[in-house]
Amino acid sequence: MEPAVSGVPDPSGEPSHDGFVSRLRQGELGFIPVLVALLVAFVVFHLANPYFLTPRNMSNLALQVGVLGVMSLGVSLVLFVGEIDLSAGSVSGVCAVVLVLMASWYGIPGPVAIAAAILCGAAIGWIHGKCITVIGAPSFIVTLTGLLVWQGVQRMLVGNQIGQVLIDDPLVLSIASTFMPFWLSLLLVAVITASAIVVCSRRWKQQPEAAPFDRLALLGHAALFPAMAIIAVAVLSNHMGVPVLLLVLVGLALVLTFVTEHTPFGVHVYAVGGNAEAARRAGIDVARTRVILFAVCSAFAAISGIIAVSRQYAVDSNTGGGNLVLDAIAAAVIGGTSLFGGRGRIPGALLGAIVIGSVANGLDLLGQSANVKSIITGLILLAAVSVDMVARKRRIRTGAAGA
Amino acid sequence: MKTSARGPRLRLAPSELDPAGGTALELLETRNLSKRFGRVQALDGVGITVRAGSVLALLGDNGAGKSTLVKILSGAVRPDSGEILIDGKPRSITTPRHASDAGIETVYQDLALCDNLSVVQNLFLGRERSKGVVPFRRMVLDRPSMEREAARAFESLGARMPSLHSQVSNLSGGQRQAVAIARAVVWRRRVVLFDEPTAALGVEQTGNVHRLIRRLRDRGVGIVMISHNMTDVFAVADHMTVLRRGRKIADLEPGSCTPDDVVARITGSDIAAESRL
Repeated sequence: MEPAVSGVPDPSGEPSHDGFVSRLRQGELGFIPVLVALLVAFVVFHLANPYFLTPRNMSNLALQVGVLGVMSLGVSLVLFVGEIDLSAGSVSGVCAVVLVLMASWYGIPGPVAIAAAILCGAAIGWIHGKCITVIGAPSFIVTLTGLLVWQGVQRMLVGNQIGQVLIDDPLVLSIASTFMPFWLSLLLVAVITASAIVVCSRRWKQQPEAAPFDRLALLGHAALFPAMAIIAVAVLSNHMGVPVLLLVLVGLALVLTFVTEHTPFGVHVYAVGGNAEAARRAGIDVARTRVILFAVCSAFAAISGIIAVSRQYAVDSNTGGGNLVLDAIAAAVIGGTSLFGGRGRIPGALLGAIVIGSVANGLDLLGQSANVKSIITGLILLAAVSVDMVARKRRIRTGAAGA
Repeated sequence: MKTSARGPRLRLAPSELDPAGGTALELLETRNLSKRFGRVQALDGVGITVRAGSVLALLGDNGAGKSTLVKILSGAVRPDSGEILIDGKPRSITTPRHASDAGIETVYQDLALCDNLSVVQNLFLGRERSKGVVPFRRMVLDRPSMEREAARAFESLGARMPSLHSQVSNLSGGQRQAVAIARAVVWRRRVVLFDEPTAALGVEQTGNVHRLIRRLRDRGVGIVMISHNMTDVFAVADHMTVLRRGRKIADLEPGSCTPDDVVARITGSDIAAESRL
């Protein structure tokens, strides 16, 4: 071989493009905005009412964030491909009704009823996905239709009762009312820490020339989730222990994170979101990818409905209603997901949901009304998007620099 | 990750350097291809020959049929009549999948890259390498293997990336071309179709792309290149085929004619030039 021609100049001496510092400089803020928002919320609410940071209230917060958190995980997937799902709230409501009717009226055992509710959600999402890909209707319209239709179905099913159907299935009720023993929490913290160390050391070896600051950032990045787990366990163990619900939420987030970031399917998801035409030419079945994501999104909505039932011991015509789906979309966006598709990460949605949950919880403690909560959540959303837009201008500038 | 792109120099086995195993081999041939769109005869009995390790420039004015021909070869358009032969055997190419099965890669003018993905992710898009233990076989991305292969592909093309993990949105136009071309190397394509590869590039980047195309040719790949740009054509083409209004007007060699001759053939304005050649 002749000596390698430098076909494209190599900007030697400059920091590599994948280092943390240069990413920041390119306007890739990652989780920084949402973490700052979380920190600010915690500090402000602690100063306003010291009860906020008590183990008892943190335990409450962990339980309150479950419904929203699971829904925003699912909605994120759809946002990653540049689509939207406005129906997630109604779907969670209708699946909650399916669960309760099966368990309470027909005496079907909890595990079967739960599985049926989740499958029901997946089927609904599959229908939405098919309508979008086969008919070619925009997802906004199809899922707006879904919002109206499934809300109507939910009210029809519940309405014959006096607006509320109770459930007494032990498994369903235990989801939101069981706490893990201390040793199990410790074991989980150990697993999280160990896996973070493995991932970190692998990346460390992959970047032998990384700048010192990038290395520091790598360590900080790796320490983030173990640190949060340790703090959570330390605080929550002072009350009743870590709620199983929190484990479910984090577990689902981990599964989706794995799928989106470490599997071929995950790459296809971001490819479809970034440039659907390029994905199609590369042989990716774009329509199939979209349908799967809508099905998974609705299945997650169903799980969030099950959690809602478990917390309320009942289902009514408002389950999954109100601002829930908009809050779920807001959580994903606060966590760094772009509505244009192709950008965002699953853990961001989880963090975004915790921000919104903290605001709701904190304002409750201060005796503020739901109206104030709504206003504050809206302003946080605007702030998050503004920060992203400023960063985006930077991204475009650095991206255009070479082109 | 500068090291992996620069890496230790890897020697390629001869079979990889020249997958066709020869240089005069006819990889792809078309016979009597015709295509009509409504009242327009886009292609009228066109035959071209693409040999291993050589660059065929497809020339013609707007509407001459170059794009239709390339679209037929990449499986995007179905011809009304005529044959496509791969290695001398007739083969039907009616979908993009057929084209890639036949070892044909198309580098589109817009490059068809995902800006939000990394260089490596774009190279292997739709064909990711995966690994995993029994219940999850082929589920987990095999990043190290893809990175090694990507580094080898860029090495063999003599192209340098700032990093294999850069988002494609951070690359220059020439670097983006290099990614699109490296795809053909990674996927071991035998015929690569280029649609106006330098249309959006500056002088220096154009030179880099010429170098990449020559490198690809030296690996034994057969190349078809659509271009309006005489600099492109005379820099890299081994053969030229001129189309006008769907018909093949001439097969030319860059050594035996001037850019002016070629332009005259393309426009058809200079009949004298036609009779002279």
